Amino acid sequence: MRSVRADKAFKKRAEAAVSKPAAFGEDIDLDRYAHSGDELPYQDEPSKLPAETKKQMVQVGVTLDDDSQRSGTIIQIDHSTVHRRANQEGIEVMSTNEALEKYDWLAGYLWKAVAVDTDKYTASVELGQSNGYFIRALPGSKTLHPVQACLYLGKSNLAQKVHNIIIAEEGSELHIITGCAAASGEEPGMHIGVSEFYIKRGAKVTFTMIHSWSPEIAVRPRTGIIVEENGVFLSNYVIMKPVHSLQMYPAARCVGENAVVRFNSILVALPGSNMDVGSRVLLDARGARTEIISRAITTGGNIYARGYIEGNAPDVKGHLECRGLMLRGDGVIHAIPELRGTLAGVDLSHEAAVGKIAEEEVEYLMMRGLTRDEATATIVRGFLRVDIEGLPPELNLEIQRAVEASENEVM
Amino acid sequence: MDSDNVLEIKHLSVAVGNKEILHDINLNIKTGETHVLFGPNGSGKTTLIMTIMGSPKYQVTKGSIIFGGKDIVRLPMDERARLGIGMSLQRPPVVRGVKTRDMVAACAKGRLGPETIDNLAEKANLTELMDREVNYGFSGGEIKRSELLQLLAQDPDLALLDEPESGVDLVNIALIGELINELLQKVHPIRDRRHAGLIITHTGHILDYVNARSGYVLLNGRIVCEGDPHEILETIKRKGYEECKRCVA
Repeated sequence: MRSVRADKAFKKRAEAAVSKPAAFGEDIDLDRYAHSGDELPYQDEPSKLPAETKKQMVQVGVTLDDDSQRSGTIIQIDHSTVHRRANQEGIEVMSTNEALEKYDWLAGYLWKAVAVDTDKYTASVELGQSNGYFIRALPGSKTLHPVQACLYLGKSNLAQKVHNIIIAEEGSELHIITGCAAASGEEPGMHIGVSEFYIKRGAKVTFTMIHSWSPEIAVRPRTGIIVEENGVFLSNYVIMKPVHSLQMYPAARCVGENAVVRFNSILVALPGSNMDVGSRVLLDARGARTEIISRAITTGGNIYARGYIEGNAPDVKGHLECRGLMLRGDGVIHAIPELRGTLAGVDLSHEAAVGKIAEEEVEYLMMRGLTRDEATATIVRGFLRVDIEGLPPELNLEIQRAVEASENEVM
Repeated sequence: MDSDNVLEIKHLSVAVGNKEILHDINLNIKTGETHVLFGPNGSGKTTLIMTIMGSPKYQVTKGSIIFGGKDIVRLPMDERARLGIGMSLQRPPVVRGVKTRDMVAACAKGRLGPETIDNLAEKANLTELMDREVNYGFSGGEIKRSELLQLLAQDPDLALLDEPESGVDLVNIALIGELINELLQKVHPIRDRRHAGLIITHTGHILDYVNARSGYVLLNGRIVCEGDPHEILETIKRKGYEECKRCVA
C-alpha cells in the first residue's frame, strides 16, 4: 500500500498542477469529459468479448481468440481491468491497483520516472479514478512470447486514465505489445496514459505500441524510462489511424553505464489529425547510447516530430533521424531535432529531411514495369519500414500488419 | 518494315526543354543482336536510350521508335517495360526502405520463385546485399551488378545498358561481362536468341567480354559512323573522337 505521507505529498503536488498546461500540444479542456465510469465485469474468457471490440483490438496487435503466442495478457476497458493473465513463470501481469495492494514496495516506483506535476494530465491521473497495468519480469526471467496489453476506450466522452508500471528486474528480458484503441465511430473521448519503465541492470525491454483511435479522441501519453547499467530499452510506436489530438514526448534516462535506448516511431497523419510526437533521451552515464528514428507521413494532417538527445557523460553516443514525407493534402510536417552536449567526448548527430516522393525513384521503379501507383506504394511502404534490430520477429510482423492494414487510407 | 527488327528508330529527334539534343537518328536492331554506342561525354548517348525507355524528361520532336512492330513513342515508361524493354542505369537512385530482394522480385513480376532469385543473386555475387536497401551504400561494381540482376529478373527482349563497366575494377568487369552475356543469351547462336541489346560504352572495355555485331559513334546528337565495333574502338583508341569528326566532315 502507498504510505499515507507519500500519498499526501503526491496529491498536494498534483493539486498544484491541475491547471498547468503541457509544454506542447493543444491545451485540452479536461472538464469536457467524464472522469469516472462504471466498473465492468471481469471476463475469464476474453475471447467472449464482443466481436466488434475484438476486431478493434486485433488491429492494434492484441489477439484474444488464441493467446498461445503471448506470455501474458491484460485488457483494460475504460477504467476496468476486464481480464488479466500471465502465461509464464517469472512474468507478472496485473492491474496497477491490484499490484499496489499486493506489493508494499511498489509505491516507491510511483512518479519516479514521470513527475506527478508534469502537467494537468499527469495531475489528473493522480487525482482521479485510474487504473492501468503492472508488468514485471523477475530477475533473470525472459519472456518466450510478448506480453500483450490493451487499453480500450469504449464509453463515449470518457477520460480514460491509466498509470502503468513496467519493471524488468536484473538480467530479465521483457517484450511487450500494447494496443490502444477506441470503439469505432465518431464519439469524443480522451486517453491519458502515464507509463513508468524501470529497466534494471542488464535487463532488456522492447515496447511496441500501436495506436488506433478515432477522429474525435484526444490522447496524452506521459512516459518516463529509467535504464540502469547495460540495460536496453527499445520502443516502437505506430499510429496510422486518425486522431484528433495526440501529444507525447517520452523521456528516457540512461543512468547506468552502457545503457542503450532506441526509439522508432511511425506516424501517419490523415486529414484532421494533429500529432506532436517526440522522443527524448538523456545520456547520463558513461558509454550510454541511443538512436531515435522517426518516419512521418502526412496526407493532410499535421505533425510535429521532435527529438532531443542530451549527452552528459563521457563516451556517450546518440543519433537522431527524422524523415517526413509530404504525400498529399495541405498538412504540415515540422521536424525539430535537438542535440545538447554538456562535456567533451560526447558524440551526437542528427539528420532530418522533409519532402515529397522523389520523382527519380518513382521513374526508376516504373522503368522496371511497375505502374505509377505501384511504384508510389512501394516507396511509401519502404519509407514506413523500419527494421528493428533486437525485436522478436512476431512483433516485427505485428508492426508490418498494422502498417499494411492502413495502407489503403494512406495511398 | 523488316520483321526481324526488334527495334527500329526512324528520323528521331529529341529535345530536353527547348533544346534539341538528338537529330535525325536512324538505327535498327534485329532480334538476338547486340549493338554498341560510342561517343564522348555529352554526345547524347544516354539521351538516346532514355528516350527509347520513355523517360518523360526527353521529348520526341520528330520520328518514330518502333519496338516489336509497334510505335511506342506515346507509351509511358512502365508500359514499355512491360512490352519488353529494360534498362540499366549508370547512376540509379537509392530507394530507401525497399530491399534489393523485393526490387528484384518486383522486376520478375511473379515469374520467378525465391529460390531462382537467390540463384541469380549468387551468380551476380550479390547474396549479401539482397536484404539491403536498393543501391544504399553500394560500391560502383555492386550498383552495376544489381542493375543487371534486376534486368535478369525482368527478362526484357531489348536491354539498354548505360555504361555497364564504368567505375568497375577489372575483376568485376569479367563478372559483369558474364551477366550481360547471360542477359543477352550469348550462349545461343543469334538465330536462337530472343534478346537484343544496345550498350553504351565510353571506354569500350566491355567489348573484351561481350561480343557485338554493330557499333555506332554518336557526336553532337548525330550518328556519324556505323560499322564493326572493334574497328571503331581501335580508331577511337588510336586517334580519338577527332578522327570521327573528320570522318563526318
